[in-house]
Amino acid sequence: MTATPGDQINTNQGEASEAERWASLIGGGAMVLMGLKQGSLRGALTALAGGGLIYQGVTKQSTIQQAQEIVGMNKPIKVEKTVTINKSPEELYRYWHDFEKLPTFMKHLKSVKVDNEKRSHWIANAPLGNSVEWDADILEDRENQFISWASVEGADVDNSGFVRFQKAPGDRGTEVKVVLEYNPPGGALAAVFAKLFGEEPEQQIGDDLRRFKMLMEAGEIATTEGQPSGRSH
Amino acid sequence: MKAVCWQSANEVRVETVPDPTILNPRDAIIKITSTAICGSDLHIYGGYIPTVQKGDIIGHEFMGEVVEVGSGVNNLKVGVDAKRLLPGDRVVVPSTIGCGHCNYCRRDMWSLCDNSNPKGWMEEKLYGNITSAIYGYSHLLGGYAGAQAEYIRVPFADVGVVKVPPDLPDEMLLFISDAIPTGYMGAELCDIQPGDTVAVWGCGAVGQFAMISAYMMGAERVIAIDRFPERLEMARKFAKAETINYEDVDAGEALKEMTGGRGPDACIDAVGLEAHGVGLEDFYDQTKQKLRLETDRPHVLRQMMVAARKGGTLSIMGVYGGFVDKMPFGAAINKGLTFRMGQMHGQKYMHRLLNLILDGKLDPSFVVTHQLPLEQAPYGYEIFQQKKDNCIKVVLKP
Ligand SMILES: [Zn+2]
Ligand SMILES: [Zn+2]
Repeated sequence: MTATPGDQINTNQGEASEAERWASLIGGGAMVLMGLKQGSLRGALTALAGGGLIYQGVTKQSTIQQAQEIVGMNKPIKVEKTVTINKSPEELYRYWHDFEKLPTFMKHLKSVKVDNEKRSHWIANAPLGNSVEWDADILEDRENQFISWASVEGADVDNSGFVRFQKAPGDRGTEVKVVLEYNPPGGALAAVFAKLFGEEPEQQIGDDLRRFKMLMEAGEIATTEGQPSGRSH
Repeated sequence: MKAVCWQSANEVRVETVPDPTILNPRDAIIKITSTAICGSDLHIYGGYIPTVQKGDIIGHEFMGEVVEVGSGVNNLKVGVDAKRLLPGDRVVVPSTIGCGHCNYCRRDMWSLCDNSNPKGWMEEKLYGNITSAIYGYSHLLGGYAGAQAEYIRVPFADVGVVKVPPDLPDEMLLFISDAIPTGYMGAELCDIQPGDTVAVWGCGAVGQFAMISAYMMGAERVIAIDRFPERLEMARKFAKAETINYEDVDAGEALKEMTGGRGPDACIDAVGLEAHGVGLEDFYDQTKQKLRLETDRPHVLRQMMVAARKGGTLSIMGVYGGFVDKMPFGAAINKGLTFRMGQMHGQKYMHRLLNLILDGKLDPSFVVTHQLPLEQAPYGYEIFQQKKDNCIKVVLKP
């Protein structure tokens, strides 16, 4: 099975089409590792970046299901979420690629500082004045289509992920898909981590994506924080 | 400021709360001059809408005067010769909140807005998607502070208000906020053809405006169904409807008789989840709802499915929150019925409706039976819920 970047992919056909989509993403005849079940996302992304991809079989299970199964400490947490935004892939890619702007819609992020083309420094807010930090490298960067990254060694929280921008059919805008994986730290950081990403990390990335959509479409993020109620006095 | 705060089922209180402030660039602050208790507020009052919290300010039908605008409100797109929204402008505000820029708002489906509900994850879980927020209508639908107050924050004010002229009284204009567009959309969804008979369940304000709208769209006959004589009288007098009191006669049988055995071409539900039935079926639904085994009582839906003519249309404007039970779905499929429904798309209809009022073709003030100061909101809720003192519509004056 091969696919080229120009191929139209039918999204309703289960795992084969998902593999094709990955194939089309990296282009020309590559077989894709979608090892989100057994292997790590980082491995897949690194392989993707290196171009030497092996087809390991695509799992039937959705990664979301797995995330729900394995939300327990010491197991990687994988989440994925897709949202359609009424803007062009170009516009969305451009905003996202400016990592320093990510905290405007990613609530748990305190700051991101870009060091150079590849590397950036991330600080996430944790409760009770704690914060966790890591350096991340861009693994793959395809203009207007795809960005993947992974934390470098020594990170407080080992994590990796990608965002993909794909034109939606008709004039519906762009489908933005995010897949993230965290390896929970041990020791004292474990509790901080649990609070930081909450019981439903999938909801958190969903909220982040929705805020991104609001910002891109409506120019502001809808809020009710700070409004009056019979409780606020 | 003073505001009506929900406490628990069947209890609201007027409390002193902080004034609202501008939170986002596209916000405006409106000083409310009139705000109504909507029939669907009774579902909140009665405790039937999930995720309403103690202390929430309720209310979603309102108008008033702009007192402050955010830095992003510079391009008012709707309204009477309005280019800019400025302090002092008199406005009516639609009850559903739309951002104006998502795919749905752009296609005039404002109540399906993607971007106005900041607590969307809850709704996504329950409904599979996120719809627009509604003022003062539970945290599921956004958690925005409502309108039964002295002031309100209006988000996306550049697309979310309609400027109105200064010379008409509030009672002529207030209902283009919610009740008129809801009734109007209810009639529009029926796709009325010349010669059609339209049956409307519920003779509150929304039902009355649905009947008037059905005639405007070419209906030959309108039949109104309710159980309160004063409401049926209003439907006869102002909406020129024939009427059925379902406590006196079997409404389904009566509709068949009145339509030559065919059934009405279109049926509009202007009642919603607290519908009353008769006999055993009513007991069943009341009990299940009280035991939380069913959230909504679908009497009207059931009756419409059986009463409608073959190939007819059901237009559902009454509010349902969750799950309904014992639906005669066999009737719907075998009779080839069309179901159309939704929260109203206020911003789509309000300008059109304002023009009808300005042209003297519609005077909605007839629905007002009570005007009360805001402080008397608890009394207003009580008489509206219990249908005391012939109460059909309460307007609160902050
Ligand atoms: Zn209403
Ligand atoms: Zn919208």
